[in-house]
Amino acid sequence: MSGDAILGETVLSANGVGMKFDGFRALANVTLDIRKGDLTAIIGPNGAGKSTFFNILSGAFPPSEGRIVFEGRDITGRRQHEFARLGIAKSFQITNVFPQLTATENVRIAVQAMKIRYDIWTPRCRLTEYVAKAVELLNLVGLHRNRERRAENLAHGEQRALEIAMALASDPRLLLLDEPTAGMSPEETMMMMNLITKLAEDRTVVLVEHKMKLVMGISDRIIVLHHGELLADGAPGDIRANDEVRRVYLGQTG
Amino acid sequence: MSDIGIRVFGNQLAITIRVVARHRVAAVIATLVLLPWVVPYEALSVNILLFGLYAVGFNLVYGYTGLLSFGHAAFFGVGAYACGIAVATFDVNWLLAIALGTIVAGFVAMIMGGLAIRTRGIYFAMVTLALAQCVYYILYQWTDLTGGENGLRGVSVQAVNILGLELNLLDPMTKYYVMLVFVALALWIFSRILESPFGAVLEAIRENEKRARACGYDTLRTKWLAFVLSGMFCGLAGALYAIHLSIVPIETANYTMSGQAVMMALLGGMGTFFGPFIGAAAYLLLEDVLTLWTEHWQFFVGALFVFFVLFFPRGIWGSLLHWVQR
Repeated sequence: MSGDAILGETVLSANGVGMKFDGFRALANVTLDIRKGDLTAIIGPNGAGKSTFFNILSGAFPPSEGRIVFEGRDITGRRQHEFARLGIAKSFQITNVFPQLTATENVRIAVQAMKIRYDIWTPRCRLTEYVAKAVELLNLVGLHRNRERRAENLAHGEQRALEIAMALASDPRLLLLDEPTAGMSPEETMMMMNLITKLAEDRTVVLVEHKMKLVMGISDRIIVLHHGELLADGAPGDIRANDEVRRVYLGQTG
Repeated sequence: MSDIGIRVFGNQLAITIRVVARHRVAAVIATLVLLPWVVPYEALSVNILLFGLYAVGFNLVYGYTGLLSFGHAAFFGVGAYACGIAVATFDVNWLLAIALGTIVAGFVAMIMGGLAIRTRGIYFAMVTLALAQCVYYILYQWTDLTGGENGLRGVSVQAVNILGLELNLLDPMTKYYVMLVFVALALWIFSRILESPFGAVLEAIRENEKRARACGYDTLRTKWLAFVLSGMFCGLAGALYAIHLSIVPIETANYTMSGQAVMMALLGGMGTFFGPFIGAAAYLLLEDVLTLWTEHWQFFVGALFVFFVLFFPRGIWGSLLHWVQR
């Protein structure tokens, strides 16, 4: 699944990242590298700190300690739109689109964000290349047939796919997905997993997921968080065989 | 038979509304050209024209970006005073004075927006209200420059010369059409802004600011720019108002003026191009009619406002648009 990407090259690294909320420690001293071309899954039971870690990686808020380095550049403390412009795109855990706009318009706005932001004069209808790119992305995620429908009228699974198309609009060098299958039916989950596998063929993807089973088959590497700390890090086979992970996940002793 | 008549009328109305919505700038300007011929007297049509522009400017942040500002009186007031002082005290050319009013209002919006834009919802409304009150008190206290409580007098622009054409602004009809030229130009620019990629970003922020940020937009700066542009349109309306009245009453900067912008935009239909003018016309015509037989006209305007908020939150034009698009 790593394709022909150069193995071992680091895209992003977290160095001693920790997060405190009003004295509550959500994340402590997480150090890891995300390698180029990998599909990395971050898993862990509820309250493990997955979402906190995800939010720090995507720039939603800065960590209270530690550094985030992206492509050799320290980006700790930068604002979220800067993360996006640098090449880190995220999709949200809760569906997050522009409900009253059409699917195409949703993606077109995301495409436009990388090039023009303060043009108050050019008519929108001249942005044909952006529309073309938006349609191409909708094709990729399987939404081309619904491209003129308003986002609010799409099915849940389709809205999630739309969101991924929006995340891809910036040609990100790191794609972060937060529980992309949350609330999906088994069929929708299947389709989403296929889509993610397809996207990961030539992209670096980090996936946060609650359900371990889902990611076992498709990930190159799995990171397990527990009580805000790094519990395990390795290939799916190693993780499956790891006693500590089993104990945490099954909630059983021994 | 009458049933068919109603249906035909309904279809005609629907077609008309669609045409107006599609050619919005042309439609609004055409309506404004005809306005003085249907409104009882010219002063009222000038008021509809200028308050309409004021409400349009306000609508950029309220209807299109989703920010409820309660401080737009500051821009209308500063636009009026800057233009008025330029003409009355410094004898500046009237065209230059109008430009000055617009720019100074934009500058005030830059400062007010810079301070307020980080806050949200009710806090944004309160901060803009408080800052507009500061502006009001500066205008009120600076008697030497503004005339204070008595207002600024002597903003007289009587005869103007446009490209060799001598126009007498004391003639109400001439005045109306001269003002209309400015309003039409402003509306055209406004429409371009809405149609631009920047206009698309404003819509995106109104729909989902968090997502817009994740897409890579600096939403604070975008909202700030929208606020400044909005302030400039309101400042232009104020500058024209000063020339229209030949004086600048201190009430132009009063907080009730901010409330009027909200009412007009809501009555007409927020986030629609035509709405603010319909709202301004409805508000001012109602005021005009009601003051004839009761001094408590504000009670009835208030009641109508509540009625619209409860039953037609899209406003007059917004509800019509929704009806044809259903």
